[in-house]
Amino acid sequence: MATTANKLPGADYFTLGDKVADTKAPAGPIEKKWSQRQFGAKLVNPANRRKLTVIIVGTGLAGGAAAASLGEAGYNVLNFCYQDSPRRAHSIAAQGGINAAKNYRNDNDSTYRLFYDTVKGGDYRARETNVYRLAEVSANIIDQCVAQGVPFAREYGGLLDNRSFGGVQVQRTFYARGQTGQQLLIGAYQALERQIAAGTVKEYTRHEMLELIVADGRARGIVTRDMVTGEIETWLADAVVLATGGYGNVFYLSTNAMGSNVTASWRAHRKGAYFANPCYTQIHPTCIPVHGETQSKLTLMSESLRNDGRIWVPAKVEDCEKDPREIPEEDRDYYLERIYPSFGNLVPRDIASRQAKNMCDEGRGVGPAIKEVDHDGNEKLVRRGVYLDFSEAIERLGKDAVAARYGNLFDMYAQITGENPYETPMRIYPAVHYVMGGLWVDYDLESSIPGLYVAGEANFSDHGANRLGASALMQGLGDGYFVLPNTINDYLADALKFDKVDEDHPAVVEALDSVKERVDKLLSIQGTRTVDSFHKELGHIMWEYCGMERTEEGLKIAIDKIDDLRDEFWSNVKVTGVNEDFNQTLEKAGRVADFIELGRLMCVDALHRKESCGGHFRAESQTEDGEALRHDDQFLYAAAWEYTGTGEKPVLHKEDLVYEAIELKQRSYK
Amino acid sequence: MNITLRVWRQANAQSEGRMVTYQVQDVSEDMSFLEMLDLLNEDLTLKGEEPVAFDHDCREGICGMCGVVINGTAHGRGNSPVATTTCQLHMRSFSDGAVIDVEPWRAGAFPVIKDLVVDRSAFDRIIQAGGYVSVNTGAAPEAHANAVSKLKADRAFDAATCIGCGACVAACPNHSGMLFTAAKITHLAMLPQGQPERPLRVKRMVGEHDALGFGGCTNIGECAAVCPKEIPLDTISQLNRDLIASLFKRDGK
Amino acid sequence: MAITGLILIGFLLMHMYGNLKMFLGAEEFDQYAEWLKGDILAPALPPGSFIWIFRVFLVAMVVLHLYSAFTLWSRAKAATPSTYQVRKTLSETYSARTMRWGGVILAGLLIFHLAQFTVHSALVNGSFASTYADSPYKMVIGEFSLWWMVLLYAIWITVVTMHVRHGFWSAFTTLGANTSAKARTVLNGCAWAVAVLLFIGFMIMPVAVLFGWIH
Repeated sequence: MATTANKLPGADYFTLGDKVADTKAPAGPIEKKWSQRQFGAKLVNPANRRKLTVIIVGTGLAGGAAAASLGEAGYNVLNFCYQDSPRRAHSIAAQGGINAAKNYRNDNDSTYRLFYDTVKGGDYRARETNVYRLAEVSANIIDQCVAQGVPFAREYGGLLDNRSFGGVQVQRTFYARGQTGQQLLIGAYQALERQIAAGTVKEYTRHEMLELIVADGRARGIVTRDMVTGEIETWLADAVVLATGGYGNVFYLSTNAMGSNVTASWRAHRKGAYFANPCYTQIHPTCIPVHGETQSKLTLMSESLRNDGRIWVPAKVEDCEKDPREIPEEDRDYYLERIYPSFGNLVPRDIASRQAKNMCDEGRGVGPAIKEVDHDGNEKLVRRGVYLDFSEAIERLGKDAVAARYGNLFDMYAQITGENPYETPMRIYPAVHYVMGGLWVDYDLESSIPGLYVAGEANFSDHGANRLGASALMQGLGDGYFVLPNTINDYLADALKFDKVDEDHPAVVEALDSVKERVDKLLSIQGTRTVDSFHKELGHIMWEYCGMERTEEGLKIAIDKIDDLRDEFWSNVKVTGVNEDFNQTLEKAGRVADFIELGRLMCVDALHRKESCGGHFRAESQTEDGEALRHDDQFLYAAAWEYTGTGEKPVLHKEDLVYEAIELKQRSYK
Repeated sequence: MNITLRVWRQANAQSEGRMVTYQVQDVSEDMSFLEMLDLLNEDLTLKGEEPVAFDHDCREGICGMCGVVINGTAHGRGNSPVATTTCQLHMRSFSDGAVIDVEPWRAGAFPVIKDLVVDRSAFDRIIQAGGYVSVNTGAAPEAHANAVSKLKADRAFDAATCIGCGACVAACPNHSGMLFTAAKITHLAMLPQGQPERPLRVKRMVGEHDALGFGGCTNIGECAAVCPKEIPLDTISQLNRDLIASLFKRDGK
Repeated sequence: MAITGLILIGFLLMHMYGNLKMFLGAEEFDQYAEWLKGDILAPALPPGSFIWIFRVFLVAMVVLHLYSAFTLWSRAKAATPSTYQVRKTLSETYSARTMRWGGVILAGLLIFHLAQFTVHSALVNGSFASTYADSPYKMVIGEFSLWWMVLLYAIWITVVTMHVRHGFWSAFTTLGANTSAKARTVLNGCAWAVAVLLFIGFMIMPVAVLFGWIH
């Protein structure tokens, strides 16, 4: 039974429920758990696989890899994406690389070290068992991708090259110029297309999942809208996998694709799937700064730039308007090198981002001054940018060597800003990039709804409160290629005995009708504000109060504002056109409606977690010198939230985090 | 800046389309071309008119979803100093008061869905015909089992950067999909992993390409000129070499 | 397309070489013409048959070339459901753009050319070219003494060499020779060289006749 949680901060906004725990990871030493689980999982014999249908939503690294692998295994796979081709999924935009514990560099790397770095980087808020398994399968991922023909960077000897990445001191990152995500995704896409040709996978592009079908307590299908014809259809299956990515677009401006959305996850949440740690957001330090109000998205530049670029701001406020090349060395503040001498510019993302914000808050930011409104409603002009300078690297390595490593990133910067980064330092500023939070899953990646599996960024499992660079690709592919195909069988082994569910099942009818009703409602409001204007307003609220620094006061303001925004949305939004047509406004409207509800939950989660950890920085919880301060005594758990109704108090289920293989420490990169 | 747009409006695949003129005010030069279209759409929505449908997603030039013909060139390449996707074309490439024509990709293999949106699923079909290495998950040898010369790895990479946007087809006077097909052929032909299926792959992919209603290649070069990823034209020669060689191989039919 | 095209270019080069024999005088030229119709490859082939085999082969090449062109053309047409309201080209050369209509014009003038010099049925200057049938040399002199005939010939040769300009590069590309950006430059350079060589080689003789340098 849920009881009011008087002792927790923000207790007026939620109720406390029973604890939740992962029941699937076997006991025993951590390095044996995965092989034991693989042995313990029930199997489906190849002849029976043909009789089982699995729905996979999403075609990114996790979804594409899972669809291809389950297709190869012989299941009937139905694969859905909202884009016009599976190859468009936003995994494609990842630039930097993919980690793997190959130790090709002979620099003390190992499965354990990758595991250790990931847990530490996640600020001790990730589940140990899942992370260890991720480190274990990492080497297989590289083998698999190379076999598919992924053109990783190579050395002259013909073997694979590695580079270092933020937050670690070994070189374990495999890369393909600045387009690693693209190459990995194309590898998965090709494997997927091969299965489509073989007939094991049926692909449905331009289909958006709008509801999950839960029948008799199990996930048994989805409702989609055909984005070309508007047809709303139901699809039934024995299990459903969501690999629908992250929800960074709740901030309106983020590095996510314009279409990236939370709808699939949120609909599942509303049907009973717990949403874990929604407030854990990663703000990436090396993005191109905002140019103005009409900006639709932000562009990230790989943080590999921090390997050779040096980050600085003018030491004196009066220098901020000067041409950076005219500011002498002694008047530059290389603040990351100053504050964190051992990691310097390679500190984890959350730290690099927050320090950039601090510098700009101090008034030492650079670039155009942009109007901002502070908590009290006062307008002020703030420069939101810091320099990322390659002049020293160009001197040391030569322009050609720098161009070989970062050429495409420099070109991209030049194209977007109109400035030449070989001559003037780039300006960068943090932007929302990735969300560590997502649907709660157990060791098998199964959510709190039986038969609903969640893979990739859409789940919460591996990165704790902060993700290390080059680990997202690893997780997506790890989940899709190696984890799901070895765990979902444990559930499917019994699926032939489940009761039949057909189109007339009350749960199916209810799901279909509810989607139609919602679409009709959106089209009938015919108010005076555009969908985008609501989305922008939500983004402002989230960025201001639930962005890089959060306070109890601010979060409470945000929750009120979001409640008002939701009410206004459902009474004043204007959606043009009809359902039975290609209607991008309608698509967007549904997504924004879900973002608004999610935004509120994120604020509640951020409000209750009165500690600073990873990407979640609570101003009330910091050390004397402004570093994040965790409270392991109170918050050593993952917060899994249960939906109870729109505007109703969600129920908090804590999953205690148990560290057996790793000693808890306060993170230090000094 | 103020811009006059002439945009192709077409309700659906069956209906006739036409150019419609719109004025867009207060365009900043830092805006991307698609942000300018967003601005137009916000305005149209408030007026109760249907916004212009266009495909877009990542808006950082890598997903390949966006793509329109701007002033007669795919992705507005003619207005950009560098290779670009539509989303990475910025308004600083245009002058105040400019009149800009915007049309969808036009090719038989890419039917129009609505306004500027076309159906490019034919590209997926070409990949399905053989644009992969047949390796099941879990069956891969150790990554260092095969060394690849840097030269070949780089050439494979140059071809593998294709984003499947379809600009090559849109720009080609024959509406051929040869550059797209050749990019995949070249990517896999340069790597040891691609060798076992090499003769079969090229036969199947070219066969599927032709069956899908793309035109034939006459080596004009418009495709490479508009390609946002600068896929070199010589990939087409690589495809032709492989195709000729495959005629003398017994692999496949 | 590529193979037949290259064979036809080879023929053009040979033909040009033959034409240049005009500068060696009537005897040499007529002898050469006689040799072509005579006992090449005899006694393996009956005397006089080589020219017919060669003609049949050339016609076959032209027919195959036309067939390929027509196939490409119809495929392109099928792949073009509607045309752009505005279209600008970035790398398409004039010769590439005019391959098809240029090819048609070229073929039309080829028929006239054959009628004039081979079948002797074209009516020129009030009399059939067959008037000069006994001496090909005299026939060539007679025909190219007319300024408008040289002009027409010049137009035709221009169309032919433009066709060759794109065709030469395109044929090698189709056969897989365009292996790099450098190869592209080389092939295009060669295409220009062959086209210019053909133009000069074919035009120098009629111009010389017109101006009376050879008579």
